[in-house]
Amino acid sequence: MEYIDMHAHMVSRTTDDYHQMALTGCVAVTEPAFWAGFDRGSADAFEDYFRQLTEFEPNRAAQHGIRHYTWLCLNPKEGENRELAKEVIERIPKFLDRPTVLGIGEIGVNRVTRNEIATFHDHVQLAIEHNQLIHIHTPHLEDKYKGTRLIVDALLQYPEIDPQRVMVDHAEEHTIEMILENGFWTGLTLYPQTKVTAERAIDLLERYGLDRICAASACDWGHSVPTAVPELILALRRRGHTNELIRRVVYENPIGFLGQSPKFDLLPRSAPGRSARSSEAPVEVGV
Amino acid sequence: MTQSAIPSPKKGRQLIDEYFIETRHRVIEIAAYLDRLDRSGDPATTSDFRSGALREALAVLCDGSYPRVDRIQMIFSDPTTEPRAELDQKAAKGAFDPEQEKG
Ligand SMILES: [Zn+2]
Repeated sequence: MEYIDMHAHMVSRTTDDYHQMALTGCVAVTEPAFWAGFDRGSADAFEDYFRQLTEFEPNRAAQHGIRHYTWLCLNPKEGENRELAKEVIERIPKFLDRPTVLGIGEIGVNRVTRNEIATFHDHVQLAIEHNQLIHIHTPHLEDKYKGTRLIVDALLQYPEIDPQRVMVDHAEEHTIEMILENGFWTGLTLYPQTKVTAERAIDLLERYGLDRICAASACDWGHSVPTAVPELILALRRRGHTNELIRRVVYENPIGFLGQSPKFDLLPRSAPGRSARSSEAPVEVGV
Repeated sequence: MTQSAIPSPKKGRQLIDEYFIETRHRVIEIAAYLDRLDRSGDPATTSDFRSGALREALAVLCDGSYPRVDRIQMIFSDPTTEPRAELDQKAAKGAFDPEQEKG
């Protein structure tokens, strides 16, 4: 079955992983900017990373028939450094017109500090100024509830923000309700130990329905599985769900959110672009 | 509320048939972990903030009231509402440590 992985840090993965994803039906990935596992030393280092995300990765993905899109920001793990954050944020606008940049992300908070929140606000304002979609990281483990609460409350302070254009990612049982009831999109991250397993993701889909919910591998350099979305497809079948329902979760819903960007389409890169603008008219992938 | 927006196609006994073995496995893993801590003979394993949170969570498993998973998630969560003054460490630990927060 064709699927879209909404959140995959492909710079940390091998070409063999692209191959496995292509074999299991992946037609597109979106890659939010994130932490390299160490703090980058300068704004120049971020620029190089943004070039990797917008130049190198789309080509590597295209070799496997996968569309690659990206989100740019200084990630929450480095958000404590206000000086660097300001410098990086100043440099982001010149990348925003690139053809595969969908918006600002993954922004948010990590340990929920004052500086992280200030950096989060700077990014939100940048997105508003440039009319960008927003992709949000919510914190890990014991910090998730408090961080998600503060993020949702912060977003509600901006009347300019249409919640339908914001994805608040990494939802779990204790945070999904506050995200959905305020009109945002949300993502379920399929991790072996932290975040949610495929079985718990299905429980959440059964409890809350399919509107504005997507799933992703969020594969990166840590314990994660690049084929986690096809594993979810298998688990949904095991639970007895229909192909129609499965396709909505792994394909049509991502198009519903991502299609709000005129840049998003699913045709092969060499073909002239056609946009997938809404979930009512999902675009078939070219052969 | 125990209702679902989308009912599980597999019902009652079918869900047990499908998921009992893997769930049984997880319960035995928890028992083995707790025994391992006991054999270490270190009383600090009992007083550790993570062990306290785990004991609270295990009690929820047995009290029979829904939704267990949401309630356990909140046991492991930071209940405070104010942002930290500054970054203390990059990584989260999996449970809230009240002593550390007192500084
Ligand atoms: Zn991520």
